[in-house]
Amino acid sequence: MAANFAHSRAVFTLNMSLTREAVEKIAHLARLSIAETEMPVYVTSLSSIVDFVDELSRIDTGAVEPMAHPLDGQHQRLRPDVVSEADHRDRYQANAPSVQAGLYVVPRVIE
Amino acid sequence: MTLHNLSLGELAEQLASGRISSVELTRHFLARIERLNPALNALITVTAEEAVRSALAADRRRAAGESGRLLGIPLIHKDIFCTDGVRTSCGSKMLDNFVAPYDATVVARLKAAGAVMLGKANMDEFAMGSSNETSYYGAVKNPWDTAKVPGGSSGGSAAAMAARLAPYATGTDTGGSIRQPAALTGVTGVKPTYGRVSRYGMVAFASSLDQAGVFARTAADAAAVLQAMAGFDPLDSTSVDTPVPDYPALLEAPLKGLKIGLLREFFDGLEPRNAALIRDALQVYTSLGATTQEVSLPHLPLSVPTYYVVAPAEASSNLSRFDGVRFGYRCEQPKDLTDLYKRSRGEGFGPEVKRRIMTGTYVLSAGYFDAYYLKAQRVRRLITDEFRAAFRDVDLLIGPMTPTPAFDIGAKADDPIAMYLNDIYTVSANLAGLPGMSLPCGFVDGLPMGLQLIGPHFSEAKLLGAAHQFQKATDWHARAPRGYE
Repeated sequence: MAANFAHSRAVFTLNMSLTREAVEKIAHLARLSIAETEMPVYVTSLSSIVDFVDELSRIDTGAVEPMAHPLDGQHQRLRPDVVSEADHRDRYQANAPSVQAGLYVVPRVIE
Repeated sequence: MTLHNLSLGELAEQLASGRISSVELTRHFLARIERLNPALNALITVTAEEAVRSALAADRRRAAGESGRLLGIPLIHKDIFCTDGVRTSCGSKMLDNFVAPYDATVVARLKAAGAVMLGKANMDEFAMGSSNETSYYGAVKNPWDTAKVPGGSSGGSAAAMAARLAPYATGTDTGGSIRQPAALTGVTGVKPTYGRVSRYGMVAFASSLDQAGVFARTAADAAAVLQAMAGFDPLDSTSVDTPVPDYPALLEAPLKGLKIGLLREFFDGLEPRNAALIRDALQVYTSLGATTQEVSLPHLPLSVPTYYVVAPAEASSNLSRFDGVRFGYRCEQPKDLTDLYKRSRGEGFGPEVKRRIMTGTYVLSAGYFDAYYLKAQRVRRLITDEFRAAFRDVDLLIGPMTPTPAFDIGAKADDPIAMYLNDIYTVSANLAGLPGMSLPCGFVDGLPMGLQLIGPHFSEAKLLGAAHQFQKATDWHARAPRGYE
C-alpha cells in the first residue's frame, strides 16, 4: 500500500547507492562533461534521488500496463504526403555555431 | 483605478471607447517594467520597440473597425515559447544566443488576436525547478517579499503578474510550473488538459506531461486568454481535436449541486494554517450550493517519485537535441566530436538540468529500465485510474496547492529532494493529464497561498466557472503586494 506523504522523507537514506564510477558512466552515456570538483555533488544527489524513487519498487503493480501518455486512444495522425514546408535552411542555420556552404561544420570524424 | 489593475474586460472597454490607445497602455506597462523589474528579475528580455510597433498595429486594427477581447492588450510570454526574431533562451546558457526562427502556435494565436508582447519571462532552466533559482539569468524575487522565491518553473511570469507588470502572462506546467508559482505569488493560474493547447514551438521538457497555460489576475481573465490559446493544431501531434467551449460565456454557470471531492491524501499531515484556508474556501463553496465529500486515492502519495522517474527520463531524451551542432552553445576548441558534445553540454547546461539528464539516463539504461522507468509508468496508470474512478463520484477535486508559502531564496537550493517535495500536490494532475487551477485563498505569514482545483479531462469550463464564482465571493485575488498596487 502506498506510503503517506508525511513519511516520504523517510526513504531518503545517507548510503551512496551510486558509486563514482557509476556516475561517470552515466555522464558518459548522457554525453555530459562533469568537472572533477563537481563529481562528489552529483554522486551524493543522484544517490539520494535513486533512493527516493526506489519507493516505487515496494509497490505491487501486478499486471498493470505501463502508461506512456495521458491520451488513451490517441494515435499519430497521418497527413497527405505533400510538401508543406518552404525551404528555411539559411534562416535556421543562422543559429548554428559553424556553417560552411549550407553544411553544419563539426570536428573531423573520419581520418 | 490604475490601468495595471484593470481586468481584461475593462481594458478592452477602455480601448473600444477610445479613452486609451494600445500604445498608451503598452507604454504604461513598459514604464512599470523599467521601474520595478530590476528588483525582481522577472524578465529576461524586454521587447519595448516591438511592443510599441504591435500596439500601433493594434490601434490601426481597432480604428478599422476590428474588436476583440485581447486586441491591443499587452502580455508577457514565458521564455520557453519560440518568438520569431526574438531570443528564446529557456533560462539556459545553452540557448543564450538562440533567436527563434518562427513563432510557437500559442504565440502566433495570441499575435493574431492582437496581443502585444512586452517581453520574455525568466524561468527555471529548461523549466526544471520549483523556485526559479536554476535560471542562467539569476533567481526571480517574489514581489510579496524579495527574500523569497516566486516558485517555479514559470517564476518570472508569476512574479510579473503579482507586480502588475502585464495584464496576463503565459506559462507552462510539466509538474506544477504554472500552479505552484501562481499560488506563491497570489495570482490565478490555469494548467489545461494535456493536449488542449498546442505545444508547437514550446521547448520540450517531458513530452507526456508538458502543457501550456495562463497566468491572470482572475479566472474570468484566464478564461478569455485560454479561449484564444486553446484548440487543435495539426503541427502538434499530441494536440486533441476537440471543440473549444466558449469559456467566458460559461463562467456564470451556477454551482448548485456541484459535487466537490476532498483528496484525503492531500490533507494528511497538512500544516494547520494551510488546512484552515482550504476549509474556509470549502465553506464558500458550500454557501454557493456545492456539496463536499471525501475521496481517497491511495496511490496519490507516490506521485512525486513517479514523476521524478518519468520526467527526467523524457527530459534526457528531449534534451539530447542540444549537441552544439545545429543551434545553441558550442564549447571552445573541441578536440573531436565526442569532446564537442560533452563539453558543449557540460558547459551549456546548469547543475539541475545535468542532474535530471543523468537521472533520466540512469532510469532508461539497460538493467534499470524495467525496475525504474516501466515501474513508474505502471504506478502512473494506477494513479490515473484512481482519478478516473473519483470523477465518477465528484465533479471536481479540491486541495492545497503547496505545502508552505514561498520559502527563502537559497533555502532548498542544495537539497534536490527537499525541492522536489514542493511538488507533492501538483505533479499528480500532470501524470494523469488533468486540468488544474490555482486560486489565491488567503495568507500564511503574510504570504499568499493557493487553492487547488482539479477536474476531469477537458473540464476547463467547469474549473474556470468554479474559480470565477469563488472570486466573486472573495477578494484574495485582488490583493497586491505593497509597492505594486
